[in-house]
Amino acid sequence: MSGFPALFYKEMLRFWKVVVQTVVAPVVTALLYLLIFSHVLEEHVEVFPGVSYTAFLVPGLVMMSMLQNAFSNSSSSLIQSKMQGNIVFVLLPPLSYLEFFLAYLGAAVIRGLVVGLGVWAVTLWFAPPQMPHPGWLLAFSLLSCGILGAVGIIAGIWAEKYDQLAAFQNFLILPLTFLSGVFYSIHSLPPFWQAVSHFNPVFYLIDGFRYAFVGQSDADPWLGLLVGGACFVAISAFTLALLKSGYKLRH
Amino acid sequence: MNPVSAIRVSGLMKRFRATQALDGVSLDIRPGEFFGLLGPNGAGKTTLISILAGLTRADAGTASVMGHDVVRDYRAARRALGVVPQELVYDPFFNVRETLAIQSGYYGLRHNDDWIDEVMHHLALAPHADKNTQSLSGGMKRRLLVAQALVHKPPVIVLDEPTAGVDVELRRSLWDFIAGLNREGHTILLTTHYLEEAEALCGRIAMLKHGRIVACDTTRRLLQHTNEHCAQLRVDAEALPAPWQARLQRDADGSLRFDFSDYAELENLLADLRGAGVRITELHLHEPDLEDVFTDIMQRA
Ligand SMILES: Nc1ncnc2c1ncn2[C@@H]1O[C@H](COP(=O)(O)OP(=O)(O)OP(=O)(O)O)[C@@H](O)[C@H]1O
Ligand SMILES: [Mg+2]
Repeated sequence: MSGFPALFYKEMLRFWKVVVQTVVAPVVTALLYLLIFSHVLEEHVEVFPGVSYTAFLVPGLVMMSMLQNAFSNSSSSLIQSKMQGNIVFVLLPPLSYLEFFLAYLGAAVIRGLVVGLGVWAVTLWFAPPQMPHPGWLLAFSLLSCGILGAVGIIAGIWAEKYDQLAAFQNFLILPLTFLSGVFYSIHSLPPFWQAVSHFNPVFYLIDGFRYAFVGQSDADPWLGLLVGGACFVAISAFTLALLKSGYKLRH
Repeated sequence: MNPVSAIRVSGLMKRFRATQALDGVSLDIRPGEFFGLLGPNGAGKTTLISILAGLTRADAGTASVMGHDVVRDYRAARRALGVVPQELVYDPFFNVRETLAIQSGYYGLRHNDDWIDEVMHHLALAPHADKNTQSLSGGMKRRLLVAQALVHKPPVIVLDEPTAGVDVELRRSLWDFIAGLNREGHTILLTTHYLEEAEALCGRIAMLKHGRIVACDTTRRLLQHTNEHCAQLRVDAEALPAPWQARLQRDADGSLRFDFSDYAELENLLADLRGAGVRITELHLHEPDLEDVFTDIMQRA
């Protein structure tokens, strides 16, 4: 593991040097969502009994920001390095594919958590802090950032141009997060879409995360943990196999 | 037992769709050699280097660095190798010092500042240590690439056209530095299109064309490959001694060109001229250089 700390540090320094773009901007975006949706819907929607819409929305927004930023960190770092050619700096040294994976994943998780914390901090103005289950909070945030960080590595390796990465983001990541109960409970959906949502792993991540905040959820958080854990293991194994094969990185 | 080769490749084949980039290349470079790899554009030099560095995988054949197979024992092979890539690449997020410290870290070196300072000094990067890599000139970026390849003091250093775009003075100091490393025992593999550089520096040279090695020998023997010498002279007389009239060609500027392969011929010419009372006002000898040899070998191959 001799080269891992340096690669991890480089990935951290990379996003920290442009912190306005990588942390502040997503926090502002989430704040805008909160202002608009809670303003429009606060009076009309009560998803769980006794839980205001704003209190329902906050964990969804925090989670959505974490997911998108964890994905964005690993994927954009990799595609930029590939496009600029400086990916050779990490391909020439004796870094193992496990070190490579852990460094990109670790930085993606940290970026996701930092953004999530930022979003949560600004929402404290709007919804009084409550946290009945901090253990679930930790479990679901780590798991979610880990999954999306790994998916970001896959996307960054696969994409050859920025527009391919954008397509990945727009047609996969965005629908999966939007259609998984950030803004609504899936119980408000028609039965068909409710059933479909149960096949979306991101739904379990957001649902379980919300459970940590409001103590109520659509699905059992243990089931969410199981689904999330299985996803993480499967995606990580796939990413490691991809890295080991040298796919698109070593001709 | 054979001493371990610094670089050993055998039967390397690599195909990119329609192009056979390498077509059975074998080379054995001993520790401490200064070895030149020459060839026209597209000959396969960079492909060969990429295989050594693990950036490309060969279709067939094997490659090793300091006895470590570049696929099976990739970590040891990469630790022993420093590569200056041909493409001018840099990471715009970092400054020069950060770039070098991070690159050291990839090799597990945490406290490498003394060596980083020394490398920056020799490559005239010290005044730019805190500049963002994006704001460096092309030649400075190239020197940073050289520095990055040297952070872990690799026993084998591969330079893929390291002097492209580097000015004369810095090119000289770069070569002094590299030659110094070579004297300390580092093996150097160099590709360049500046043949006078290769001639001055390399002990041995391989020439590559269409993915095949068409010549591989010591620089000295390669230079003896052609014995076509040429003398350029001016004389104060219009008429030359009869037997020589056909052998000397008159150039546009009025000087005479004499091609010969044996110095005895030149001696005979000079003696006959003196005998005929013709006085020589100017004489230049042109020895064959690597460029002549290279051109000749490439045409024949
Ligand atoms: N990634 C690639 N995809 C397709 N073809 C490639 C690739 N890399 C190299 N080639 C082809 O392989 C051949 C050898 O290329 P290579 O870069 O090794 O040449 P070179 O000797 O380094 O040339 P130069 O002096 O121009 O650097 C060329 O015909 C090139 O077009
Ligand atoms: Mg080349």
